[in-house]
Amino acid sequence: MAQSKSAKVLLTPIFANNPIALQVLGICSALAVTSKMETTVVMCIAVTLVTGFSSLIVSAMREYIPNSIRIIVQMTVIASLVIMVDQILKAFLPEIAKTMSVFVGLIITNCIVMGRAEGFAMKNGPMLSFLDGIGNGLGYSVLLLIVGLVRESLGTGKLFGVTLASSVNEGGWYVPNGLMLLPPSAFFLIGIFIWVLRTFDKSQVESE
Amino acid sequence: MDQVEHFLSLLMKAVFVENLALAFFLGMCTFLAVSKNVKTALGLGVAVILIQAITVPANNLIYTYLLKKNALTWTGIPSLAGNDLEFLGLISYIGVIAAMVQILEMALDRFFPPLYNALGIFLPLITVNCAILGGSLFMVERNYNFADSCVFGFGSGLGWALAIAALAGVREKMKYSDVPDGLKGLGITFITVGLMSLAFMSFSGIQL
Repeated sequence: MAQSKSAKVLLTPIFANNPIALQVLGICSALAVTSKMETTVVMCIAVTLVTGFSSLIVSAMREYIPNSIRIIVQMTVIASLVIMVDQILKAFLPEIAKTMSVFVGLIITNCIVMGRAEGFAMKNGPMLSFLDGIGNGLGYSVLLLIVGLVRESLGTGKLFGVTLASSVNEGGWYVPNGLMLLPPSAFFLIGIFIWVLRTFDKSQVESE
Repeated sequence: MDQVEHFLSLLMKAVFVENLALAFFLGMCTFLAVSKNVKTALGLGVAVILIQAITVPANNLIYTYLLKKNALTWTGIPSLAGNDLEFLGLISYIGVIAAMVQILEMALDRFFPPLYNALGIFLPLITVNCAILGGSLFMVERNYNFADSCVFGFGSGLGWALAIAALAGVREKMKYSDVPDGLKGLGITFITVGLMSLAFMSFSGIQL
């Protein structure tokens, strides 16, 4: 049974063509916000929505954008969407917005958003581009959620602030793994994720 | 003497302790993609230093005299005086960065053609390098004045260049190592950068 084109566009970027693990896009924010699940979830939703809608808008305009200024037009669309997301976050979730500080603004330069707008939305219809944007956002989210899960649970014994294994400081038994709270742990976890992914899907292994 | 000490300590912090690439993970996509050999890495590093040293002070001027709350009082027009245009920050900084990269490109093409040819496609890619936008956003967040911005801009660019040159050196040596299939290329690079980032954390105790 052949998958419909939309389903393929939506599901391929999750494992088979993951933006972080294969396309090497969007890495900066994947590493910085994953020490707590709350910020991770907010970042995932923000990136998925921005990628989806910016691909939708760029694709709807693609016939009218002159070639010489297309990068500037794409940047303007993406920047406007990110400004909206930033303002919404500052209004409704001020503590989380403060923890994420500059990384919400950095979604503008997140290579996934620009990469999909330039690489897919300029050549395909609006509905398909929207699904492609959401699909890549989901692939990005899968990786971020796994890293965030491991980092917060092993680093603090908590998940979303709910104690799973009470730490020694609170009179419990779990000695928190300090390495998981440090930024470099995100690098190691992503490296291991890539290793596992490429062991199961041999086509992704890089040839010499 | 106090001023010199202040600037020196700001410079040291920007280059080592708060290295944009290894402590904040900014500019990762180009960082991982261009670090395959030392010469291209150094070329890109020089370009990043130049752009960072120009755009951070420029954005500081725009923020102080155009965007901050009550910034427009210098025009003498009372209706403009109370305005707070901070929400336009993101789009103005990225506009300045894109313009500066374009100008640098034209200047290099005219006055230093060998460097222009060596950098090739990576020069325009600096526009979407999160390290550049990140530097400007940090400058706004920490409320630096103009002199501090100049030092911070130069220092953060230098730190990023140092990191990418070091990674390129390590990757060149690793070409002769026996890496497992699933880790070849991207996987082992992530783990290497993780270890480098762990090493750079040792600078955090330095006080000048």
